[in-house]
Amino acid sequence: MWLFGLLWALPLLYAIWAAVHPPLYATEFELGSPVTLGNFARAWHAAPFARYFLNTVLLVSFTVTGQCVLATLAAFAFARFSFRGRDLLFSALLLQLMVSPSILLVWNYREISWLGLANTIPAMGIPYLGSALGIFLLRQNFRTIPTELDDAARLEGCSLLGRLWKVYVPLSRSTYVAFGLTSIAYHWNDFLWPLVISDSVTTRPLTVGLEIFATPEQGVQWSLVTAATLLSSAPLLVAFLIFQRQFVQSFLRIGIR
Amino acid sequence: MEQHRGAWLLVLPAALFIFAFTNIPLLATLVSSLYTSPIAGHGGGFVGLDNYRDLLSDPSFRTSLVNNLIYAAVTVPASVILALLMALGVNAAIPGRATLRLSFFLPTMLPMIAVGAIWLFFYTPQYGLVDRFTRFIGLGDINWLGNTATALPAMMAVAIWKQAGFFMIFYLAALQNIPPVLREAASLEGVSRFYFFRRVTVPLLGPTTLFVMVTAAINAFCVVDHVIEMTQGGPDNASSLLLYYVYQAGFRDWDLDTAAAATVVLVLILGLLAAGMFALFGRRVHYR
Repeated sequence: MWLFGLLWALPLLYAIWAAVHPPLYATEFELGSPVTLGNFARAWHAAPFARYFLNTVLLVSFTVTGQCVLATLAAFAFARFSFRGRDLLFSALLLQLMVSPSILLVWNYREISWLGLANTIPAMGIPYLGSALGIFLLRQNFRTIPTELDDAARLEGCSLLGRLWKVYVPLSRSTYVAFGLTSIAYHWNDFLWPLVISDSVTTRPLTVGLEIFATPEQGVQWSLVTAATLLSSAPLLVAFLIFQRQFVQSFLRIGIR
Repeated sequence: MEQHRGAWLLVLPAALFIFAFTNIPLLATLVSSLYTSPIAGHGGGFVGLDNYRDLLSDPSFRTSLVNNLIYAAVTVPASVILALLMALGVNAAIPGRATLRLSFFLPTMLPMIAVGAIWLFFYTPQYGLVDRFTRFIGLGDINWLGNTATALPAMMAVAIWKQAGFFMIFYLAALQNIPPVLREAASLEGVSRFYFFRRVTVPLLGPTTLFVMVTAAINAFCVVDHVIEMTQGGPDNASSLLLYYVYQAGFRDWDLDTAAAATVVLVLILGLLAAGMFALFGRRVHYR
């Protein structure tokens, strides 16, 4: 098992080796080769990675916040109200669980261009703002909340949104954490849609920036590329190492419904 | 269940976005795959299944389709089996299993683009570790990504490496949910470990296997980041997949009719997959 584990870690270890040694030693295994962090600094300045970082952070926070707000409203209605066409509408929305907007990229590109939003940061998040998964998970959770709590809030004169905010949202914290972490990981790593819709340094997220940096026409400096790769994955990896249990619990929860 | 006039308003924003960027594009793609767009000299119009006929007579589409089916037929079972082995391995009480788990799981947290960059380095002729190894055992230099015979398998390895650890955590959770009482009862009865695994463990892992297989199959048809980064579908379409074909048709050739028809084929495959897997496993899966 240990051998298998080591084999599995090999690609990552090799990349780390190349990233922390001067280019000359990148592919030579000599113990005692000088260790350096210079590659990270040089990679950081070799391409506008600071800007890419900012773009990714903006993209992820815009998308995940929007998803949570919209899904909360919709899930509340689906869980606690009856209205005409409710079940039909719900199943129509669940189509998104099978067909994600990212495979409809050609048409979505047209739509975003019609709206005049191509090459903007919101454009990279807008197709994902309505999240069927978020609605589904929150609806499941909202339905388990005792109606007595809701009734009590109503008797005290709470408005519709007040009840949602004071009763339902606080009691669904773990669902928000699970959905939020999963969604953050997904959008931090998303590539294809941002690739087609972003076209400049000011919008490009890390994944697209890294792809451009890692595949130049000629002459690849592996120590720089591996350093850039590790840099751009680092925030999520560090977050994962710190909140390992929460991440794994979230993935499990979202997976097995 | 409460009646409220405002309920519709609550659903509206989310529904608007989902319809605008999933349901409507899907319908529009379906409809536009039956028409040709007007180009200079030709008016557009309804052409029935002509776009599909063109698609099927396009060798690079056929290659992408076949490639994708092979890719799925290998990556799905390989990831599932490896994930199960990993889970069984780190579920046992062995020293340093937290580190082992981490080693299996970390690739999952990397963006596919980072994974692609790491493997691009790993596969580099002469410098890459893979090539050094093949030279060491006397196979000589192999240009893994530049060879029509090895490009697709090289992509498969990347995909399996990235996702197996993710599926491992689901098996791990499922293994830990198996009541220890069963194991004790079995050992009292003198049941062999293999028999126990085959008749108790495997059936109890049924729902997990179903979920993992569906996810792996969806990934096999919906993730092409590594193809774009590492091979651009080449050499000679040897590593092209369906979604990559759609991307090329839509954004390199600007052939929107072909892209629409290919997207419909992709969606059909996804639909069949979901329906097929549930029909196939529905009866054999043990829900508790």
